[in-house]
Amino acid sequence: MTSGAAAIAERAARESYGKLVAFLAARTRDLAAAEDALSEAFASALRVWPESGVPDNPEAWLFAAARRRIIDAARRSQTARDHAAREIALAGPDPEASEEGAPEMTLPDRRLGLMFACAHPAIDAAARTPLMLQTVLGVPAERIAAAFLVEPAAMGQRLVRAKRKIKDAGIPFDVPGPDEWDDRLGAVLDAVYAAYADGWIDAAGADADRVELVSEALWLSEILARLAAHHPEALGLRALILHLHARRAARRDAAGGYVPLDAQDTALWDIAAIREAERVLFQAGRLGRIGRFQLEAAIQSAHAARAFGRRVDWAAIVQLYDGLVAVTGGSPVAALNRVAALARRDGAAAALPALSPLAGILDAYQPYWALRARLLEETGDRAGADAAYEAAIAQAPDAATKSFLEGRQSALRKNVEVRDGGSS
Amino acid sequence: MKYAIIVYETPAEFAEREDPSTAGAYWGAYSAYNATLAQAGAVTGGAGLTPPHAATTLRIRNGKRVVADGPYAETKEQLGGFFLIEAESLDAALDWAAKCPAATRGAVEVRPVLQM
Repeated sequence: MTSGAAAIAERAARESYGKLVAFLAARTRDLAAAEDALSEAFASALRVWPESGVPDNPEAWLFAAARRRIIDAARRSQTARDHAAREIALAGPDPEASEEGAPEMTLPDRRLGLMFACAHPAIDAAARTPLMLQTVLGVPAERIAAAFLVEPAAMGQRLVRAKRKIKDAGIPFDVPGPDEWDDRLGAVLDAVYAAYADGWIDAAGADADRVELVSEALWLSEILARLAAHHPEALGLRALILHLHARRAARRDAAGGYVPLDAQDTALWDIAAIREAERVLFQAGRLGRIGRFQLEAAIQSAHAARAFGRRVDWAAIVQLYDGLVAVTGGSPVAALNRVAALARRDGAAAALPALSPLAGILDAYQPYWALRARLLEETGDRAGADAAYEAAIAQAPDAATKSFLEGRQSALRKNVEVRDGGSS
Repeated sequence: MKYAIIVYETPAEFAEREDPSTAGAYWGAYSAYNATLAQAGAVTGGAGLTPPHAATTLRIRNGKRVVADGPYAETKEQLGGFFLIEAESLDAALDWAAKCPAATRGAVEVRPVLQM
């Protein structure tokens, strides 16, 4: 019983965290107070439930307990502002009866509104994703700091500042009107994707904080796809993340070496995740409004063809990248990936001229040098390829990528020696 | 909540106030804005300010008054006035800020009014 009650409390903590924070803070806009009250409520659940049994509606119990704490805290406080907060909390929709644990109460889900508040343009952009992870999922500040490679104290400060801004500036927990929906949801989706991408860097899964971040982002994308199911880009992001996630086991070989996408063993891909991604992307497509995340998901979907024994359609991928370059307003990274696809469709020599406009813009971007090296190698410019490998190696983000690039470079050099030897 | 809509104007906007060929359009835009706010019952106060050349800045240092000519900050856009409004949330206040004539040329700052 004891461990059962604790497990239920922990599950309720995880599943209901954002829902409860969103609801508790919706009126007062005081996230810090809602989080404090909720953590006290969880602590008391862990104490009380093993003895008196798990309530029928754990979420309602936690809500009532947390709400009581907010009201108590406001009573103790002398400031007019907190008195006002108390009035607001008391004016909340749940009846007094629920403090006795009335089981029928179901909380309206305001998590989407909370996400919109966290990704509000009035919030420091660097704080949006961390804030969402903390308030919607309850990820502790230290872990967020580790995942974003920021000092814990600095991340704590950033989060505190953002919460103060929400409370003091009166940022609403509202889902915006249809005219603003695209802009505002975009910020929410970007923040979730940023969390996933940040975790994705750690392909080997060596960094526990990053692994955690990936699963949190995965979960946020699922919540969004459910709460914003009528918005094609929310579905597009879900499909994209599922596609990327499906390949997690294939990105490194047994020795921890980097495996490029088209060399990955498709037997290691998660077919169930790919099918789910395809289903969600199809659902997005039926809504008839294309966007960045749908295009990126469609590109991943084209790569996934190999899992079903089909060839990768490079012509289709080039077209999708054309679209992506257009909707992103000429994103250089999208343009670079387009060149890579172009090389597969038309050959390295035909693709090289498309790479030149990106020189300078992407000088500090390792994949630019890696692609340039490969294209020069394929067109027979060995000296140019060698120099480009050198630049790519210098900028490699991790040991696996670095040793992969060094392998390519040394193969190139051997090739040079063999050929030179043969011709003399 | 109560918000201040704080209007920052460019030198060109300040000049338009004085120039007979542009003053009508300039003041007309603000009258219309004020009328819209009033009609919605949103405005609770405010004031237009004379241009920054009329500003004087005072500090007390070591117990002595130090008075200087000019506005507090030498920036391209200068404080031109403010409106006090009542709005449901920051988003509602930002909607009002977006309608302010200065929004398209200078800048409009939105700040909650301290509750006393």
